[in-house]
Formats: sequence, structure tokens, C-alpha cells
Amino acid sequence: MCGIAGIIHKKGVTSENIGAQMTSMLQALKHRGPDSTGYAVYGEDNGNQIMRLKVAEAIELEGSYSIHAEIADRIALVDARLAESGAKVVKKENATEYAFRYELDFSGDIKKLVDFVEDIEGVEILSIGSTLELIKDLGDASVVSAQYGLDNFEGTHAIGHTRMATESDIDIRSAHPYWAYPFSDIAVVHNGQLTNYWTHRRDLERKGHRFSSNCDSELIAVYIANKMSDGVDLETAMRDSIDFLDGVFTYLVTTKDQLGMAKDCMAAKPMVVYEGDDMIALASEEIAIRKLFDHQIHTFDPYEGEVKVWQH
Amino acid sequence: MATLKDTKSHDMGLHEESLKGRTQQRFFSVDESSNLTYFNSFEVDTDKTATIDALEMTPREINIEIRELMESGVGSITVDNPMSRHGVGVGILNRLNLTFNDSLGYFGCGLIDGPNVHIKGRVGWSCAENMMAGTVLIEMNAGSTFGAAIRGGDLVCRGSVGARTGIDQKGGTIIVGGNTGAFSGFMMQRGRMIVCGDAGRNLGDSMYDGVIYVGGEVEELGIDCVPGEMTELDVRYLTSKLDLYGIKTPNGVEKMNKYVSGKMLWNYDKLEPSEKKIAL
Repeated sequence: MCGIAGIIHKKGVTSENIGAQMTSMLQALKHRGPDSTGYAVYGEDNGNQIMRLKVAEAIELEGSYSIHAEIADRIALVDARLAESGAKVVKKENATEYAFRYELDFSGDIKKLVDFVEDIEGVEILSIGSTLELIKDLGDASVVSAQYGLDNFEGTHAIGHTRMATESDIDIRSAHPYWAYPFSDIAVVHNGQLTNYWTHRRDLERKGHRFSSNCDSELIAVYIANKMSDGVDLETAMRDSIDFLDGVFTYLVTTKDQLGMAKDCMAAKPMVVYEGDDMIALASEEIAIRKLFDHQIHTFDPYEGEVKVWQH
Repeated sequence: MATLKDTKSHDMGLHEESLKGRTQQRFFSVDESSNLTYFNSFEVDTDKTATIDALEMTPREINIEIRELMESGVGSITVDNPMSRHGVGVGILNRLNLTFNDSLGYFGCGLIDGPNVHIKGRVGWSCAENMMAGTVLIEMNAGSTFGAAIRGGDLVCRGSVGARTGIDQKGGTIIVGGNTGAFSGFMMQRGRMIVCGDAGRNLGDSMYDGVIYVGGEVEELGIDCVPGEMTELDVRYLTSKLDLYGIKTPNGVEKMNKYVSGKMLWNYDKLEPSEKKIAL
């Protein structure tokens, strides 16, 4: 069933502890999906590109003695290829043995850079952008938040996902959010099932788009990327998606300064929205939004086929 | 507009339409009163009151607390801080005045038979599912599948509700002060639905029976749902029902539109006696 949530603070609010806010919402949605948890959080733009990547799946660490050496080799290769591409590493951190965060001084072709780095076996770039940081791992929100130090992440907006695996494996690759490769700062979370996934995946792959998993939800991210590569704005792309995507879905998209929501024409998947003066909060269940408020709030359910986009 | 002469009155003074595949409604007969015995239903005194602070309680603990209070004869219970929790206020099978001073989550007040519930906030999906009798009044908005499969009582939302309102409705009355989403009245089998605002597409799709009144625009009627003729009785019924809850329609009840089943998919002429069963 999966749970999704989003927050965006309106203009004027420069920074909030968006990591802790999203963690409290996602933890309240744990019953909708205990398999994995993911965040797309938007922090401060300091002029550098933030790249989040994984060099192995968590489960690989349990089944191989050689994986530790392989991870070290892969990271060495990543560093070499970044240097070769002209990306200067300003900062490099790792929350786990397999999940890394790079801060890069880079102004070249992002697609070229990503393709070059992802060509290394086992390496997947989760996100790249000037403000977006995409974090996902197995376990509930409290586990992932503690693991990646998200309790004190200052930012303006975020989306998150708690996953109950139905369409694909329980691994980081299939966890949400998905980054809309190769467009920086765009991420997607989805609740539902898409029934025309393979048809559209084949079409989009023929157009040169890359899929990193077999999860149907990734189609939305790739679809948005395809639309944007045609010069279509986010809201129009989302409106078009209502007809393009078949199945039941409610999904959220974030860009550097926007948060969008789209619901299928059957309104089969839930979404509750709170629109306040300073912030917008939305989630699969109101109980998640109430983690941000200790008093009664006015909320509503968007209707079938509805698309909404909020601006920071 | 048809007149009251076209209708019959029940010998208890209540209205009963003829069984022609349209709305059929029967009312409690005093002869059946001895059958109305439920396990876990309690004799309560509405003058005895209690308040529960649910801030740190689980849904299960809240429901148990309500039950224990009813068992001790308390007939008016107020629940503070339910904080949008799911499955609260369910399975209450006796008369009770129950007030929630906040919002509820999914499946609030399901499977109830008799209480008068007042929710001062919003409710999530499937509020009052399978409700059999009593009233549930919601002050704010409601989620989808509002009043799914209800069999009796009044379920009232002053605000707007989501999609599939009254899906599989088998009786009772659903009142929506605002708008309702797509597939409202889907597979409706009996009862009445009153929507003061607009209705989404596929209204009354595959409805077997029952009546839907809409005060605003209908985006699209579903298969087997057709406009019906508003009668003087309809106007009188709508006026009294909406006045009861202080709900207004934008253009007045006379301008509301009535929708019924277009063809007889199934004729429910074997009604359960007063919608109640003997609990063995």
C-alpha cells in the first residue's frame, strides 16, 4: 500500500528542520509500508552540486566476504572518474559503507557525468542537484533518519515514502523517491500500481532514458524527465500524466522550488492536504500531518484527476 | 411534480413507497422489539457524563475506555485529542452521546448501531462504514468511501467529501453539505443520499435502487443512473432533513435534482425486518 508525504514551506521561510519534520510524518505512516523509507530533502544552495550515490545494496554486505574490497575499488573508481570529468570534490561523506554524499564543484554536463560514473558496476547515483539530497534505505523512518543524520537537516521542502514492496524487490534500488535523471533537483514518490509500466518503459528506453530498477513507480520520474526534456513545465507534465499513466496512483514531485501532487481519475489512492499560511503539508493519512500540529487543522482530500503545484 | 396523493403512508405515520424497484424503506415494527438484543450493548444514562483525554492512547485503548464507560452506565462521552487516529468509536451497539473534539482517521465510527456521534473535526476514509442506526455528524470535511455500505441512520458531513461516497449503500441517509467526488452512490442498493454541492463523474454508477439528490452540478451520471421526478414529498423530506442539521443548499431544496436507478437490476423485496438481526 505505501505511504507518501510532502512538506513545502512558503516563500519567506528560509529554513526549517525539514528532516525531522519528514521523519515524524513518515514514522506515522510506517503501518503503510515497513520495507524501506526514502527522503528527497531540499537544503541550502551553496553553489556546489550535491551527489548522493550508493555503491552496493545493503543486502550485499551480508552475503559476500569480498564486497568490502569491491566497495573500496568502486569508490576509488568514482573518485577517478569525477576528477576525469572535471568535477572537484569539495566534501565527501558516507553514512553507511555503501551510501555516499559528494559535494562537487562542477558546472559541466550533468548527464555525461552521471553516465560516466554509473558505468562503474554496482554504482547508482540516487540524485544530483544544487539543493536536492535523496536518501533511501531499508527500515522505517527512525532507522533511516538516524543512519543518515536527518534529524537536523535544514531545508525548505521535502517528500518522503514508506514502502510496502509489491511490484519489485525489497532493496534500495526499488525504494522511493526516484530522481528524474538527468534533471537535477527533481524527485518523485508514488503510492499505487501502474499497469502500463512495461509498454511505456520500452518506449522511453528507446528514446534514451535510463531505468535503474524494475519498480513501476520509476516510470513517473522518467516520464516527468522526458516531458521536461521536451520543454514542458512541471504542472503541464503532471496534468498530461493523468491520461498517460494507467492504474491507480497518487504521486508527489518536487523540484528546486516546487511541490506537486497528482491523483488518478479514480481517486483510488488517498491523499490529505493541509494548506496553511506558511506551509503546505500533505500525506496519505492525516495522522502523519498531525505530527506537525498539536491542534485541530483544516484538511481536505483532492479529487479524482486533480493536480496541484505549490511554490516555495 | 407529483403530489402526495400518489404515495401511501405507513400506519406509523411514516412514508413507504411501493416496491417497484425504486426506493424501498421500511421501519421498525414494535412486534420485533424482543429480538433486538445485542451482546456488548449496554443500558446507559445520558445524564451520566465522562471525558477521555486520548492524547497518549492507542485506538484500542480509546475504544476499550468507551466500552468500559458504557458498561458502567455512562451515556454521554467526550473524547479529547483523538488526533486523527484510525478506527476509533467503532462497534457501539447502543444509544450513546459521543463527541470527538478533534478529527478522526480512517474507519471512524464503523459498525455502529444507535449512538449519536458528533465529530468536531474531519474524518478520514470510510467513516461510519456499515453503520446501522444512529447519527454521525461531522463538522469539517470527510475522506473517500464516506458511509460505505451503511444500512441505516443519518450520516452527515457539513463540509465536502471524497470519492465513492455511499458505495454499496444499503439504507439510511447520507448528507453532504459540500461537494462529493467521483463514483458517489456506486452500486447503491437502497437509502437516500443528499449532496448539497456538486457531484463528480459517474454518479450513481450501477445503482440498483435508492435515491440521490444533488443541489449543484453533476459532472456525469454513471451507467444505470437517470434523473428522477422531484415530488412534493421529496421537497418536504429534504426540507425537514436538512433543517434538522441546519444545512442549506445553494439554490434551495426545490431546485435540487433527483437521480434514481434507470432500470431494475434487482428488486429487493425481501427486506430484513427493520434492518436488524437477532444476535445469537
